[in-house]
Amino acid sequence: MKVLVPIKRVVDFNVKIRVRADGSGVDLANVKMSMNPFDEIAVEEAIRLREAGTAEEIIAVSIGPQKTQETIRTALAMGADRGIFISCDDELEPLGVARLLKCVVEAESPELVILGKQAIDNDCNQTGQMLAALLGWPQGTFASRLELDGGKARVTREVDGGLQTVILKMPCIVTSDLRLNEPRYASLPNIMKAKKKPLEEKPAADYGVDIAPRLKVLKTQEPAAREAGEIVANAAELVEKLQNEAGVI
Amino acid sequence: MAVLLVAEHDNVSLNAATPKAMSAALAIDPDVHILVAGNGCASVGDEAAAITGAAKVLLAEAPHLEHHLAEEMAALAVPLAAQYGAILAPATTTGKNYMPRLAALLDVAQISEITAVKSADTFERPIYAGNAMQTVQSSDAIKIITVRTTAFQAAETGGNAPIEKINVPAPAGLSQFGGDELTSSDRPELASAKVVVSGGRALGSKENFAKFIEPLAGRLNAAVGASRAAVDAGYVSNDYQVGQTGKVVAPELYIAIGISGAIQHLAGMKDSKVIVAINKDEEAPIFQIANYGLVGDLFKILPELQSELEKADG
Ligand SMILES: Cc1cc2nc3c(=O)[nH]c(=O)nc-3n(C[C@H](O)[C@H](O)[C@H](O)COP(=O)(O)OP(=O)(O)OC[C@H]3O[C@@H](n4cnc5c(N)ncnc54)[C@H](O)[C@@H]3O)c2cc1C
Ligand SMILES: Nc1ncnc2c1ncn2[C@@H]1O[C@H](COP(=O)(O)O)[C@@H](O)[C@H]1O
Repeated sequence: MKVLVPIKRVVDFNVKIRVRADGSGVDLANVKMSMNPFDEIAVEEAIRLREAGTAEEIIAVSIGPQKTQETIRTALAMGADRGIFISCDDELEPLGVARLLKCVVEAESPELVILGKQAIDNDCNQTGQMLAALLGWPQGTFASRLELDGGKARVTREVDGGLQTVILKMPCIVTSDLRLNEPRYASLPNIMKAKKKPLEEKPAADYGVDIAPRLKVLKTQEPAAREAGEIVANAAELVEKLQNEAGVI
Repeated sequence: MAVLLVAEHDNVSLNAATPKAMSAALAIDPDVHILVAGNGCASVGDEAAAITGAAKVLLAEAPHLEHHLAEEMAALAVPLAAQYGAILAPATTTGKNYMPRLAALLDVAQISEITAVKSADTFERPIYAGNAMQTVQSSDAIKIITVRTTAFQAAETGGNAPIEKINVPAPAGLSQFGGDELTSSDRPELASAKVVVSGGRALGSKENFAKFIEPLAGRLNAAVGASRAAVDAGYVSNDYQVGQTGKVVAPELYIAIGISGAIQHLAGMKDSKVIVAINKDEEAPIFQIANYGLVGDLFKILPELQSELEKADG
């Protein structure tokens, strides 16, 4: 079985981003970039399936500017077998990403695609569901557990009320939640080996699908600021303030 | 053009998220229809019909709609879509599951987690864990939207909209419900509670979490929340997580106990009205957004707080 893992290069989760004062967007110059944390979890899950003998080949695919190749190399260093880099300098929306990924799925025929549940830059939480729709495949989103058995995938999902299990016909789409696994770090020898793993490159335009954005960003602003309040001396003062000053208890 | 709001419910009663999402729908267009899809959920249809502003309720009942599986919900909504200028759902895990699937089937974008309606085609939404707010304008014929319900007031009730039963397509059959493990609690629901008491990694164990957080929550009639670290460590289950990738809450009072205040956590609670932080590290980032901070050891402070509250209650 082949597993396809779409990964996104995003601003590192530890970086506190800066909004440009003129409202034109977020300042990304010289900001540390990393693999989207949910995608690391997706790569890890695929590697575990291969280690368990369920998967034979893991393909990492990413769409973005030239530097995106570094992120694919990270996935290869973690243990993916080969990479596909779709070069594209324009901002893409999830629908455009899903369209390109559909082309890759059709070319590679994986039985399973594992994506992250959400990219931590745009916080969209859409691409996996959209890809599933375009392919007519079932989807198991926000997965905290994945079991494959007899042509079916059993996915435990993190939902608002607790956990839900769905059983999906394969091929299918799974999106990872935080507790699916704990991703490994790439070891130095594996980082060296990853440099020799195949990484195919193709411009997005060559896929011949419509990836034009549907949304126009009119402006990007700082959220309403919150000021630090006061430090109270003890529990008694806190209760007094909550009662008489804030009036919330 | 009319707007369709997809109701969130458990086949028995309407979830508090729906009347809030209703306010977003009404801000787009006054002609709002509510879709109640499920199995044996007529009582939910009645509740939806009572939401002020609802022009009509569409009731879709079938066994394969019981669990709101994405494949079935999207297939149900596609043929309805042509009559509407926008389709909205609350940004719950259910809405987030089927709405993007619906959007892709309709060949349109989705606008995730809107926090404001600027006009019928322009919306505000948070990006980067709420560290930036984006205003976006949609060029699609049908706007597919999920609503961050903490940003909207609940619509009133008192209406009496007509209920129309609609045809349900045959099951897509791609997926099957395999069971659930839902947390049951006597406490108010986290997403809509007036007071939330949250614990972090500092609690140290499941036992401590129960021993120190629960009584305080009980006294304040509060919902219990947690940081990711507390959930990962197994102190409480996943549905307690507040943050960028957990639940977003905006109660009157949020008390963060032994939580450092990582941006991913702040993303889920920084719009609370009053924030209290209890942390032994005076440099903890949580103090930068707290109205009231108490620096010290939570294991000492919480029992004191408990007895002060008892005193105050008289
Ligand atoms: C992709 C991604 C998504 C994430 N999503 C979320 C999310 O949705 N929600 C979320 O919460 N996190 C999320 N995180 C994790 C987040 O980055 C932090 O790691 C997490 O919030 C830390 O939890 P914490 O504050 O409980 O633990 P810590 O950061 O370890 O903080 C513990 C705090 O307790 C204090 N303390 C210790 N002992 C005591 C004591 N005895 N008395 C008083 N104070 C004490 C310490 O001073 C410290 O400030 C996410 C991370 C990633 C990468
Ligand atoms: N440019 C991209 N290249 C490859 N995969 C992507 C890209 N954008 C999004 N994805 C995948 O889709 C998931 C969800 O992204 P989103 O819908 O944007 O929140 C991510 O975790 C990735 O797995």
